[in-house]
Amino acid sequence: MSLKRGSIAVAGVAESDLGQVAPHTSPIDLMAQASLRALDDCGLKVSDVDGVLAAATQARYAPGQICEYLGIKPKYFDGTMIGGSSFMTHVAHAQAAIETGMCEVALIAYGSTQRTVSRAAASPREYNPFETQYRPLLPISAYAMAAARHMHEYGTTREQLAEVAVAARQWALLNPKAWEKEPLTIEQVIKARMVSHPFTVRDCCLVLDGGGAMILVSAKRAKTLKKPPVYVLGVGETMSHVSISNMPDLTVSAASESGPKAFRMARLKPADVDMLSLYDAFTINPILFLEDLGFCPKGEGGRFVSGGAIAPGGKLAVNTSGGGLSYCHPGMYGLLVMIEAVRQVRGECGKRQVKDCEVALAHGNGGVLSTQCTVIFGSDKTL
Amino acid sequence: MVDLTKASPLGTYYEHCKRGELAYQVNRDDGNAVFFPRAVAPGGGTNLEWRVSKGLGTVYSTTVVYYRNEPPLNVALIDLDEGFRLMSRIEDIDPTHVKIGMRVKVRMHPGDEKQPPYPVFTSAGGAK
Repeated sequence: MSLKRGSIAVAGVAESDLGQVAPHTSPIDLMAQASLRALDDCGLKVSDVDGVLAAATQARYAPGQICEYLGIKPKYFDGTMIGGSSFMTHVAHAQAAIETGMCEVALIAYGSTQRTVSRAAASPREYNPFETQYRPLLPISAYAMAAARHMHEYGTTREQLAEVAVAARQWALLNPKAWEKEPLTIEQVIKARMVSHPFTVRDCCLVLDGGGAMILVSAKRAKTLKKPPVYVLGVGETMSHVSISNMPDLTVSAASESGPKAFRMARLKPADVDMLSLYDAFTINPILFLEDLGFCPKGEGGRFVSGGAIAPGGKLAVNTSGGGLSYCHPGMYGLLVMIEAVRQVRGECGKRQVKDCEVALAHGNGGVLSTQCTVIFGSDKTL
Repeated sequence: MVDLTKASPLGTYYEHCKRGELAYQVNRDDGNAVFFPRAVAPGGGTNLEWRVSKGLGTVYSTTVVYYRNEPPLNVALIDLDEGFRLMSRIEDIDPTHVKIGMRVKVRMHPGDEKQPPYPVFTSAGGAK
């Protein structure tokens, strides 16, 4: 048995308050706020929710904690925690649960107060006897070594990495909810404070508070709700390693497997995609994912993003929210990655709206390029 | 299979480190080098044999970490000639001068009361 293209749809999406929240706000406060807003988005109530999927670095029992908070006794729950791409796997698992009748209304929720409590407190790292003593600044140094290897093998340049940050900033300036409000140049990225060579602080995602929620229902039920359904056309989940020491090839992520899986299920190809939402924890990420998902050949990602190609007005719309680099990155960013894709398909993105956006691809990344999960969303025209 | 009530993979590795040896395992079933040390080989094999590396390798990737108020610190991934990779650092040269492809050789860092001895590397001259 396999998941069926378009069997479920996103009925509601919402962010919690983003950026810097008030002292003593809990990650579950943010989950609950986003959940209620996502339910309002589709016209459902807390009492309608019978499936709950959640993950958070600050809440080990995330599904239980949001259920306790909101008074939900779910028929189905899932706490899969594989880093920032957890929420893409939640979509796939919700689809399986809805298709098999284990639940009807699935809520995916996330929240983090990492800016308020500090990253060290929000996401303490496990001791690794083969890495910790060398003091890599994780996760940054892992991605920095992937970038260094990509530069070595394919001639990717420092400027091309900076292009990713500049494009993200240009999109962010079109998004009222984005954290960053000032323009950014390639030179400013390169001359910013060096963190882990070749990355400066401007190659790295924001460290903010925030959360999100998504409501998934059957395609049939979605048609009866407030917003136009955004169908789940394809999903692909893969993992390749946990520690960067064990990543087989630092220039090839497992997106090279999750992407084809999602495209096969969706019966689509990269040329059919109108907009991409790629987990940009660091500037190397979109370059790797554009290659691995099939939007350009391996090694060409740096040249592909050059000259404003993924910025507003470029040849491919990537990370229209402003991404983790300039919009919001609350520790695990995968749910917000999907929310932007859903809004683009709905046509709700105002100044940054991609024209005739019928197919949007959301790609999640977790750990140190460890888990790669792809979800392809489509409008009713794609069914 | 290893009896985990008698010896652990990491404990055995540390014993080698204390003797100044960088140890790794080989899966006798397929001849592949295995690192980090395990009780069970990838794929399920239990025919793991301990060996001592000659300690020569090549820098696979490298970064320089800039902690606030500290000198720059090298962190690198090293491909050992026997066919396994580990994280380490290259000492005795400017961290910004460590390059991908550099040949390196192991040296055991003594560690301290909390940290058992661990492998670091120095330039072996040349590149690959």
